[in-house]
Amino acid sequence: MQTAISAAPHTPAPGDHDYTVTGIDSRKLGMWAFLASECLFFGALISSHLLYRARAPQGVKLPHDVYDIPYTSVSSFVLLMSSLTMVLALAAIQRGDHRRLRLWLLATAFLGTVFIGGQVYEFTTFTHHGVNLSSSVAASSFFLLTGFHGVHVTVGILWLLSLVGISLRGQLPAEKHLQVEIAGLYWHFVDVVWILIFTVVYLVPNHH
Amino acid sequence: MQRRLGGRGRRLRLAVIPAVLVFLASCASHAPQDSLKAHGPVARKEDHLYFIVFGIATAVFVLVVGLLIATVVLHRHRPGRPDPIQVHGNTKLEIGWTVIPALLLVGVAFPTIFTIFDLAKEPTKNVLPVEVYGHMWWWEYRYPTLGISTANEMHIPVKTPVRLSLRTIEPGLPAAKGEEFAAGVIHSFWVPPLAGKQDVVPGRVNKLTIEADEPGTWRGQCAEYCNLSHANMRLRVISQTQSDFQAWVAQQAKPVVVPQSGDAAAGYKLFTGRGTCIGCHTMQGVEGATARVGPNLTHLMGRDMFAGDTFDITPENLNRWIHNPSAMKPMRPEQGTGMPNLTATGPHLTDAEINQLVAFLTTLK
Amino acid sequence: MAVAVTQAPARPFARPRSEHGFWSWISTVDHKRIGILYGVTAFLFFLVGGTEALLIRLQLAGPNGKILSAEEYNQLFTMHGTTMIFLVVMPTAAAFGNYFVPILIGARDVAFPRLNAFGYWAFLSGGLFLYSSFLFGGAPDGGWFGYAPQTIGRFNPGHGIDFWLIGLVITGIGSLTAAANFIVTTLNLRAPGMTLMRMPVFVWMNLVVSFLLLFAIPVITVALFELYFDRNFGSNFFNANLGGDPVLWQHLFWLFGHPEVYILILPAMGIVSEVLPVFSRKPLFGYSVVVFSGIAIGFMGWGVWAHHMFAVGLGPVANSAFAASTMFIAVPTGVKIFNWLATTWGGDLRLKTAMLFALGFIGEFTIGGLSGVTHAVVPSDYQQTDTYYIVAHFHYVLFGGAVLGLFAGVYYWFPAVTGKLLNEKLGKLHFWLIVIGLNLTFGPMHILGLQGQPRRTYQYPKGMGWEFWNGIETLGAFIIAASILVFIFNAVKTMRSKEMAPPDPWDARTLEWTIPAPPPAYNFAEIPVVHARDDFWHRKYTEDENGRLVRIPAGGSDEASGVSGQGTVATEHDGHDGHEEHGDGHGHGIHMPSPSYFPALAALGIMVVAYGAVYHWWIGAIGGVILLAGIFGWGNEPLAEEH
Repeated sequence: MQTAISAAPHTPAPGDHDYTVTGIDSRKLGMWAFLASECLFFGALISSHLLYRARAPQGVKLPHDVYDIPYTSVSSFVLLMSSLTMVLALAAIQRGDHRRLRLWLLATAFLGTVFIGGQVYEFTTFTHHGVNLSSSVAASSFFLLTGFHGVHVTVGILWLLSLVGISLRGQLPAEKHLQVEIAGLYWHFVDVVWILIFTVVYLVPNHH
Repeated sequence: MQRRLGGRGRRLRLAVIPAVLVFLASCASHAPQDSLKAHGPVARKEDHLYFIVFGIATAVFVLVVGLLIATVVLHRHRPGRPDPIQVHGNTKLEIGWTVIPALLLVGVAFPTIFTIFDLAKEPTKNVLPVEVYGHMWWWEYRYPTLGISTANEMHIPVKTPVRLSLRTIEPGLPAAKGEEFAAGVIHSFWVPPLAGKQDVVPGRVNKLTIEADEPGTWRGQCAEYCNLSHANMRLRVISQTQSDFQAWVAQQAKPVVVPQSGDAAAGYKLFTGRGTCIGCHTMQGVEGATARVGPNLTHLMGRDMFAGDTFDITPENLNRWIHNPSAMKPMRPEQGTGMPNLTATGPHLTDAEINQLVAFLTTLK
Repeated sequence: MAVAVTQAPARPFARPRSEHGFWSWISTVDHKRIGILYGVTAFLFFLVGGTEALLIRLQLAGPNGKILSAEEYNQLFTMHGTTMIFLVVMPTAAAFGNYFVPILIGARDVAFPRLNAFGYWAFLSGGLFLYSSFLFGGAPDGGWFGYAPQTIGRFNPGHGIDFWLIGLVITGIGSLTAAANFIVTTLNLRAPGMTLMRMPVFVWMNLVVSFLLLFAIPVITVALFELYFDRNFGSNFFNANLGGDPVLWQHLFWLFGHPEVYILILPAMGIVSEVLPVFSRKPLFGYSVVVFSGIAIGFMGWGVWAHHMFAVGLGPVANSAFAASTMFIAVPTGVKIFNWLATTWGGDLRLKTAMLFALGFIGEFTIGGLSGVTHAVVPSDYQQTDTYYIVAHFHYVLFGGAVLGLFAGVYYWFPAVTGKLLNEKLGKLHFWLIVIGLNLTFGPMHILGLQGQPRRTYQYPKGMGWEFWNGIETLGAFIIAASILVFIFNAVKTMRSKEMAPPDPWDARTLEWTIPAPPPAYNFAEIPVVHARDDFWHRKYTEDENGRLVRIPAGGSDEASGVSGQGTVATEHDGHDGHEEHGDGHGHGIHMPSPSYFPALAALGIMVVAYGAVYHWWIGAIGGVILLAGIFGWGNEPLAEEH
């Protein structure tokens, strides 16, 4: 005998897999737990960079010597805007507007891709100036930190595109807005980490 | 009510007797690297704290295990016993066994922290500075105020604080730009009868004070895993009276006495020529022979052992060593750490040539 | 009345639906089966790690040992430590957590069943990947702690260290997913009435451990990646020649490493907290204090890491600060010991094997804890650190502590999992042999360390005064091995026997004893409503005004707790023929998550990526495709198949 899938709101009972004592959906709680661990992950990477940010052999350029703050400010703004479009995507699915959902998801993915592209260009420029993974520990820690952040953005982009695909197949109805919300949590977190990186790594000056 | 010691309780009581004997026996046996038999003020301060804490720990152990045995003996199920009274806790007791251990630990913390700072103080009176260089897998010592250098066996005068500065280098590997030597791996300098250990860390210069009360030979070894031959990176510190120490210093400062005839003379020629030995080993008095890839051999025979204080210095051992060093002590010369095999590679020394080299080496007093 | 079972039509690449046979184990998402997978796999790794230990002890039995070369020895001690910590103790705790946490809180499964399966497969692939290093040019030889710079490429070429690094990244991913799963499960899926302060202590300890893992695993992951990049991509994090600081490795490693040791011990402490009350027939003394001291240890464990670095030269201020924090973490630990003793005091002690192991834990862990306090006396630690005195300490807490505690769990919970009781005589023999063995093996290490024998040395010369005790230690190690053989014999004999245990054989306190053994897939036919801590006990007994137990007759009621008496367990033994998963649902359709191959596939993909990270990028690309296939398949399939 099968529990009927009814159109009425489903109140989870104890024993149902979507039952919650806290009132917070388990998948959302799970994402928060994961993001908490990510704080430590990026924290350790940022700490390594803070230790090493001013260390380079004699005559070798530090990352700080080659930063283009205006350029990176623009790409940071792009990423920040992608959080806005993500919020708009969530709002769209919550009111059942699937076209807009896909539009804003694509916009978010697009802005994320522009950010990554900007980083690719930025890092290529750095290597031309002799700042690369091996040139100094300052550079090693810079590239590892921003590289892992970029990987997180890329994973997010793939996730958003998958959501677009699922929506196109008609399998992302308004009731399943939590899936977009959870992706949004991840995306916003990755954005906040970038704000932190931009501030601590790029903006805070080195003390020589 | 008759309370017999249950079998388990009796067995545990009996276990105490051998335990005590064992403890006493270990105190008595002869162990040259015994860290609880201090022969200098640094080790003595460290051991003193240990004996205090060990006493407290033993008392706590006896209490806990005593209670454990007692509860088993007193409360084990016996037929006909009623179910026990259901006790859920006792706040007073719980506060007690939180606060009392905390106070005990505060009591231990004070002398601990005091001694930490005391041991970290830079000695000021009558100090002898010695630079210690950890290599893979031997110890180099340079005495900056005396102009001498030696390996593995450090001589010091008694009742003198010896301030060690600890560095790790690998002269056999390419150095970074602007640096004299490549940095090595982490080691730890440890001579237990005189002092606790201090790590030798690339990128920093750690310090350690050692001091001996009386003349003697004190054994030690590297105490931080430095990969392959970590176990064979031994050392000894020989403390001497002032006059003996001065005599030793004077001897170490002398250049090599060049042998004039026989196998030893041929060996000297090999050492400074085709044999390529001075490419790695210092030989005082020979122009340009100041390499530090391997130990300074100028006064080799004045030491008790060689190859990281591991082998007795006999002609047989020296012969085997030159034939194939890695067969006696695992090393990785192909990676720049350790002595290469000079028969299979490089100069391809013959047996006769090795005999000559050994003859030369045995003249190096 | 049948539980709803997947009835999707068969098709190529169909969702698996079998509950029997080999493939059902590959695709299971049942937390109990996953628990069994963890437990059996961990035990096999225990035998491997134990064999490594026996080889080490044979080499060190006498001076100038010739059984192993330096290379071989260095690989063996590295693998022994790495195996015991990451592939034995942690997964065994995960086995118990997986099997019992949902049942103990009155739930049907964990919050994320497929993620749970993935955690196991990640553990297995990480472990197999690590061990494949023996076949691919040699196992890692950098020690379980992998200190730079002896692990960087210049001093350690070859792939061994890379297998170690990536193997641990993979097992770390498994641990992280398990941690998130347990946190959400414990917070969200508790049965009605199961407040946090009514949860069994084992569930609390597992929750604390999950938070520790959540925060500690990322830190070591960063360290592992930094070393991997140093070795393979020319970065210089730990290369002092180019400005790197090897001490950074130590800080990152021990920031993980110290919480890690609490990850290793807290589950065993949780088990002991379950076993002692049952076999003393008294409640845990000071439940709140035991819970809060566990939480305190979890917090304080983050503030002591540099006590592993007292000889590194951090300076007197740092050394003093960490000396103080290390001393004070002994306080919540000691509190537990006294609370446990008080639990047994005045009780009616049934000295079954599970109880013996729990009592043994108290004695042995106390020894290890006290030697730990002596390490906190920093000046003395300058002599102790990096010697066998330290080896003694951590083997007393990890073997005398964690392993004994985990064996207590095995003997205690064996009937709940299998419906059978392990033989008591053989169990007692196992216990006494292992206690004698462990004290002979690790006791003398205190002496040898103080007599100057350093760690991680493949041989020692004659004349150091170390021969006698090293010989005793080797004898002790073989006694431990004999005890394990006794255990294996007991387990096999019991599994082969047809003799079933009565329900609730220990007259226990918590919910796992209220369901049939082995449990049906859905655990509880009806989710229980919990009215008290130790709810099951309070359905059986109440207390009179003197605190003495009064049995509640079956069918009677305990007015104080408002429960209708249910003095015996709901028997589902009819139909006990292996088809429990179709079980006797009480008029509801209980919808359990359906099996899935995708977690295993994803873990396989990660393993292939790992080989790519060591060898060629295109192998990694293939692995990436497999991993993505696993993730997309997983994301696309519903948790449970609908009709």
